[in-house]
Amino acid sequence: MDMFGLTPMEWEALKLSLWISFWAVSGSLPLGILTAWILARVNFPGKGIFDGIVHLPLVLPPVVTGYMLLVLFGRKGPLGAFMRDQFGFSLAFNWKGAALAAAVMAFPLMVRAVRLSIESVDQGFESAARTLGARPLRVFFTVTLPLTLPGIISGMILAFARSLGEFGATITFVSNIPGQTQTLPLALYTLTQVPGGETSAMRLCVLSVGVSMVALFFSEMAARRFSKRLKG
Amino acid sequence: MEIELKRKQGDFTVDVVFQGDPSGVTGLFGPSGSGKTSIVSMVAGLLKPDAGHVVVGGRLLYDSVRRINLSPEKRRIGYVFQDGRLLPHLTVKSNLTYGMNRTPLERRYVNLGQVVELLGIGHILERRPAKLSGGEKQRVAIGRALLASPALLLMDEPLASLDGNRKNEVLPFIMRLSREFSIPILYVTHALDEIINLANRMVLLENGRVLGSGPIKELMDRPDLKGYLRNETYRFASSGHALT
Repeated sequence: MDMFGLTPMEWEALKLSLWISFWAVSGSLPLGILTAWILARVNFPGKGIFDGIVHLPLVLPPVVTGYMLLVLFGRKGPLGAFMRDQFGFSLAFNWKGAALAAAVMAFPLMVRAVRLSIESVDQGFESAARTLGARPLRVFFTVTLPLTLPGIISGMILAFARSLGEFGATITFVSNIPGQTQTLPLALYTLTQVPGGETSAMRLCVLSVGVSMVALFFSEMAARRFSKRLKG
Repeated sequence: MEIELKRKQGDFTVDVVFQGDPSGVTGLFGPSGSGKTSIVSMVAGLLKPDAGHVVVGGRLLYDSVRRINLSPEKRRIGYVFQDGRLLPHLTVKSNLTYGMNRTPLERRYVNLGQVVELLGIGHILERRPAKLSGGEKQRVAIGRALLASPALLLMDEPLASLDGNRKNEVLPFIMRLSREFSIPILYVTHALDEIINLANRMVLLENGRVLGSGPIKELMDRPDLKGYLRNETYRFASSGHALT
């Protein structure tokens, strides 16, 4: 049955893409904020290397990142076996693995946006809060975090958009399984390899552009609303 | 209040020892760059001295020999910054109660109603800091620090960023504050007329060192300090004759 003119395969790819990207972003958000905070505020030996590792997925070929994930988290990989044995949890060839691949690829973008935002928060406000009796953790949650919110929203939307478009790492790590790992980009690719798949591919193409534009629109709206709130 | 601080910073060293009035206003006076803000930051715990000790209200807050260094949130010292530093994402009311909310009830000696009345800020409680005038911002900053029921109130040139009219919006409130609440206030400024109006005791600073400290009248009478204690706009508030 076609809904809104989409075939079941297309519909499934869309739902899966949104689901995977949602979990990729929300799952990596706490770690993303923590990493951004460390890079923005803490100095330690080896910070440059740490920064480099965080940015690796941005510069490595996605297939390489996907392969490394396969080696670590695949069925025979050290972390993959550990998770299966301890938690009964497997990432191989299912949407969770796809979410992990998307999260890893989008992580540097999220961290960069949040870090920039944290760096723009005047530490004078944090000092003021401390003189008012707030301990560092309370200062973080009541002062730093609210003032960083525009950057966090921006980072989340950027990461979401990047996750939606994730292809190389996904197909290498969890391959191309309809209903489990066949996201919009993978579905589109599959259709270009099949004779007569052009119409379907075009529909997916338009859909992808549409979803990205909606994401960008919300990003702009959110950023503007928060800036206004801060400036009165 | 006993303060002894040493800190080397850039091309000069801060090296001061002085006592403050336990229940009135002590002025910290000196030209720009004499180390006033550094001293106040060290008292508040925001800057680490090289050596010294700080005692406020009978509590030892810092002692380099005994390796005691209380973090700012434990010192119970209110700080009114020169630039106000009102939290921009909160309303005036939330700013005011930020410190108060975490102060245990038995330690509170002032409530929101009193402060709002004292500082005349009832009409702006629901506004955001971005929509306040300079004078209003400073009054809210003072109210916020006071509402945390501190054992010592630090004011770092609170009127410096205000023009003449705005100064008159705030100065009378500070005078009322010092009369109605008997907490010690350390008031930093390079404007002598503010000290004359507000303080009983004064500490005179130059290049990070104390040139003299004690009751204002005593310092005024010292011949070696005459050069420092003149300025175009000051008048003797008590003895009534003007000096140009």
